[in-house]
Amino acid sequence: MSRNRSNSSSNFSQTLKKLFLSAFVVFAFIAYAIHERLTNSSAGSTASAAPTSGASVDASGSSAGAPASNTASNAPSSNSSAQQAPASSSGSSTASGFKNGTYTGPTIDVNYGLVQVQATVQNGKIADVQFLQYPSDRRTSQQINAFAMPYLQQEAIQAQSANVNIISGATLTSEGFAMSLQSALASAH
Amino acid sequence: MLIDLVKQTRILMGMPVTLEVVDAAADDDSLLAEVFDYFQYVDDKFSTYKDTSEISRLNRGELKFANASQDMKLIFELAEQTRRESNGYFDIHHKDLIDPSGIVKGWAIYNAAEILRKKGFENFYVDAGGDIQACGKNAQGEKWRVGIRNPFNMDEIVKVLSVSDCGVATSGTYVRGQHIYNPLNPGQEITDIMSLTVIGPDVYEADRFATAAFAMGRSGIDFIEVLPGFEGYMIDRDKQATYTTGFARFVLNE
Repeated sequence: MSRNRSNSSSNFSQTLKKLFLSAFVVFAFIAYAIHERLTNSSAGSTASAAPTSGASVDASGSSAGAPASNTASNAPSSNSSAQQAPASSSGSSTASGFKNGTYTGPTIDVNYGLVQVQATVQNGKIADVQFLQYPSDRRTSQQINAFAMPYLQQEAIQAQSANVNIISGATLTSEGFAMSLQSALASAH
Repeated sequence: MLIDLVKQTRILMGMPVTLEVVDAAADDDSLLAEVFDYFQYVDDKFSTYKDTSEISRLNRGELKFANASQDMKLIFELAEQTRRESNGYFDIHHKDLIDPSGIVKGWAIYNAAEILRKKGFENFYVDAGGDIQACGKNAQGEKWRVGIRNPFNMDEIVKVLSVSDCGVATSGTYVRGQHIYNPLNPGQEITDIMSLTVIGPDVYEADRFATAAFAMGRSGIDFIEVLPGFEGYMIDRDKQATYTTGFARFVLNE
């Protein structure tokens, strides 16, 4: 029992560490997106100033969900100096806020697996952040991911066959149970 | 395998308590009597419905906490630990009185199962009011089949789980009416969700976190999702179920 407790407490601290790492990666990307936006507006240009390798601004407005690799191959390369940030993006510019489009972050090795995120900007605001890659092979990783992703699943409840050994349900109360039992016994007379 | 099973149900702590021991000799009634006696002991000590119970004497101020029994002090310690681990959503203090039933039940079922385990039994379950410790296999040599009751129809089951060596507990409003409240907002009723079933490493763990998570309302299932070693199945008032990432591996598909 006590061994379990210390195990679970060390697991917990491990989980916490990993969580912080995940959070750091996400925040780093958001910070990067903001940085990119600021750089763009100060340069006063929409296309060539994007500090990303293979980044493009598609004037015809490519779909926000376009995979990064497609947009990168279609895109005319912009010779940016910020080659160390290998993020790709596609989208059209707006007057205010972020540029509309889909932005893919670099793949980052976070010790327990690879993480890559993609942000979608609509109307100048971040509308969605999705994980393109995440460590899902281990349960601990999934628990971390649950913070950032809608992992919970839903279904409409449906009657099942009653071929069971035991039934789990909310507890019958003393009073409720006694009343029910009394009436059952009364009818048994 | 020996298929001489012993199964009995008694009404204790105001609820049906069922024991089934697969690997016991069929005439071994004294074995089950000892386990039922343990539930009786717990009820006599912790029932807030009994004037003579230790908890009632504590609540009336006739007994000082310093003079309380070891089990009572342990329960207070466990309740405090659970309060901390659930960010305050689990609290035995309510309207100036103390009602530890939210922690006593799972603890009692766990200890009852330990009595059987220490006697060398491996295949059995202890079920008290729908909270279950399931160990080993059933009489067919399979994992135990545990149904989740439909909160809208008591005669129906909405999920069949296949479990072994773990605890399953369900918190809900549908049988008792409103009996769990949110201690951080006592006036607000929990009406969004009908029931929350939790699978955990044992029934004590499953029960205390089912109770705490239920008090959180809709976000209770998120709490279970990030709790290592636990899975959950929540049913809301629109008859929609929400379940955690690893829950499906316990579901029996026939």
